[in-house]
Amino acid sequence: MKNCEYQQIDPRALSVSPMSAQNRAEMKAQRSRRKWEVFPGKNRFFCDGRIIVARQSGVLPLTLGLIVVTCGLFFAFDCPFLVEHLTVFIPVIGGVLFLFAVISLLRTSFTDPGILPRATPEEAADIEKQIDTSGSSTYRPPPRTKEILINQQVVKLKYCFTCKMFRPPRTSHCSLCDNCVERFDHHCPWVGNCVGKRNYRFFYSFIISLSFLTSFIFGCVVTHITLRSQEGKSLIQLVICFFSIWSILGLSGFHTYLVASNLTTNEDIKGSWSSKRCTEESGNPYSYNNIITNCCVTLCGPMPPSLIDRRGFVPLVEASPAASATEIELSCDVVRLPPPPPPPPPPPQVEWPTCSTSICFFISNLLPLCMKTNGSAQVF
Amino acid sequence: MAETHSLQDLRQPAVSSKVFVQRDYGSGTISKFQTKFPSELESRLDKQQFDETIQTLNNLYAEAEKLGGKSYLEGCLACLTAYTIFLCMETHYEKVLKKISRYIKDQNEKIYAPRGLLLTDPIERGLRVVEITIYEDRSIGSGR
Repeated sequence: MKNCEYQQIDPRALSVSPMSAQNRAEMKAQRSRRKWEVFPGKNRFFCDGRIIVARQSGVLPLTLGLIVVTCGLFFAFDCPFLVEHLTVFIPVIGGVLFLFAVISLLRTSFTDPGILPRATPEEAADIEKQIDTSGSSTYRPPPRTKEILINQQVVKLKYCFTCKMFRPPRTSHCSLCDNCVERFDHHCPWVGNCVGKRNYRFFYSFIISLSFLTSFIFGCVVTHITLRSQEGKSLIQLVICFFSIWSILGLSGFHTYLVASNLTTNEDIKGSWSSKRCTEESGNPYSYNNIITNCCVTLCGPMPPSLIDRRGFVPLVEASPAASATEIELSCDVVRLPPPPPPPPPPPQVEWPTCSTSICFFISNLLPLCMKTNGSAQVF
Repeated sequence: MAETHSLQDLRQPAVSSKVFVQRDYGSGTISKFQTKFPSELESRLDKQQFDETIQTLNNLYAEAEKLGGKSYLEGCLACLTAYTIFLCMETHYEKVLKKISRYIKDQNEKIYAPRGLLLTDPIERGLRVVEITIYEDRSIGSGR
């Protein structure tokens, strides 16, 4: 058997062709680039690629600010009175809930939600070759959907013209971040990031801990006001605040339902698995038909890795004519793709712009505090 | 390690083509690859060896994503520590990914490289495909 024709392929051991000093310097400059620096999506990166946020993260400081200001006022004005009259555990519990909420919020905002890296040119060409099997001479654009069977249920996979691949099931393309995100739930402006496969559990713990935090603070403020004054006017406003907390509790309840049914907000809103389409009880092929299992899978399942490898180094493309054969990124002139047809208009983006949620949070927690600090004469 | 040669002597194998083994979504969103043998590899590789490689990869990914007591415990512990534990601990999934990486390197050294093929770790392609690069056959005779 001849043993010299097929060499042991080891990318690191490939010989370096003689290059000019300029090329070598260029390569050295190229060598220091990390993948996040050439990332095609609309994201921003901090701490050398460790932190990823959406480009428009403008509302995240507002969310953080609301939480910090409300809790700050609570600790400053209510806790001294309640520690004196009730128990010292009140600020302790408040502190724990506050920390939990803020850490969950930051984890949701700064974690890769499950972004799928875009297909390489060779992959895109291979997909087009596979689907163009009719043999017709005229160019036909790639079909936009492909049907597959998942647990005896027909699921349509859509072709993403931006990422040049058929999207896996439950994946959706976020137009704000310009990325395909696995198990896409929604793009949340309040956390400044998409909510997807990798950070859904952080988002869920954020809204649950926020519900507990707001309810706890509200309860303490009510107790404080009740102990201090028995004015009828205060009671009426407290009742108004009481009802506004329901929007946060409502959001938590909605997501608890989604977790228990193994659904995403995207699927629920679009009615992908609604009962009218299927004769079975549950048309969702991803559900385990057991609430506990669904919850465990979504919230306590194994943590999938980030697929975009933000901190990896971009492989070098050599300038020499005998280009390295094992380079991952081949020069693009080898692959000539026909011009793609104009992409279909994007479906309406599933966002959560509930201004009412933050306003209600604000009203429900700051108003009672303001009422106390301003004394008994209140004008609202 | 290969010694350096001049460009004329080295006869670096050029890439002839690439084959992509797509994902199999028949069981849901778990990481699983199709076991259909690509026709382009027929002249280079036995179907059985290819099957074995893909099946082993599928089993390793199933192990990484397995739902059981251990993964639930890891999840609950992470939840209780507000997920800060992920910052300092390697998850079970990451450990299995390292195992997969070692397996692919091993397969490349033993089976694929001697046949002028190269497996790319699917994690480098976002777990979308198993990319197999086919190098040009520079042999004078078939010599098998």
